[in-house]
Amino acid sequence: MAEKKSMAIIASQGSLDWAYPPFILASTAAAMDMDVKIFFTFYGLPLLKKKIKAKVSPSSNPAMPMKMPFGPKFFQGIDWPIPNVVSGNVPGFESVATGLMKKTFKNKGVATVTELRDMCEQLGVEFIGCQMTMDVFGFEREEFIDCVNIGGAATFLEFAADADIQLFI
Amino acid sequence: MTEYQGEIDCSGMNCPMPVLKTKLKIDTMVAGQILRVVATDPGACNDMPAWANRVGHTLVSSGEEGDKFIFYIQRGE
Repeated sequence: MAEKKSMAIIASQGSLDWAYPPFILASTAAAMDMDVKIFFTFYGLPLLKKKIKAKVSPSSNPAMPMKMPFGPKFFQGIDWPIPNVVSGNVPGFESVATGLMKKTFKNKGVATVTELRDMCEQLGVEFIGCQMTMDVFGFEREEFIDCVNIGGAATFLEFAADADIQLFI
Repeated sequence: MTEYQGEIDCSGMNCPMPVLKTKLKIDTMVAGQILRVVATDPGACNDMPAWANRVGHTLVSSGEEGDKFIFYIQRGE
């Protein structure tokens, strides 16, 4: 067995697509017996709210494939060319795109962000919520899940300084 | 036919769930026992040995049965 490793992640993004990598990598690292802490800051902080409301934002991700999660295989394979003028301006487009992406994930057997967050918790990943972000955006401690520790840059860096893997997401 | 003392079916699950479920299952077993894992995620073929190697378990054997991937993992200390 290899010596015990540790991983420190900064989760700074809050859209649905960006919500996955920190929770996937953290849960897997914990399953590989690593000590893992995630520092949730700026737009990443709402991922610690009791109910995760993350959406995708196609207009700010021009490379995002726009595909349909239903119908025959050739139809699902079409990458729909949606102009930015539509994805950025049509009311409700984000909600529709979010629904389609969630459906695609479900069809492919990908866990939800909430399920992966629960796995992290179960496997002993520590979540640090950024105090400054809470103050700036007006979040209260009660809005977050119970296991969150509130701290600042120094709290995270004290752990990250000795971590074998450090990721900024 | 490998004998086994525990079994978990991860069919339909995608990365990283098969590894996570396998880890939680093997934690309930004792050293030396063998867990049979069934998965449909092709990524598991690389992930399962990588995970087992890192945490000190042994991939005793693996193979395919129809559209499923089968792993026999012996729990380490």
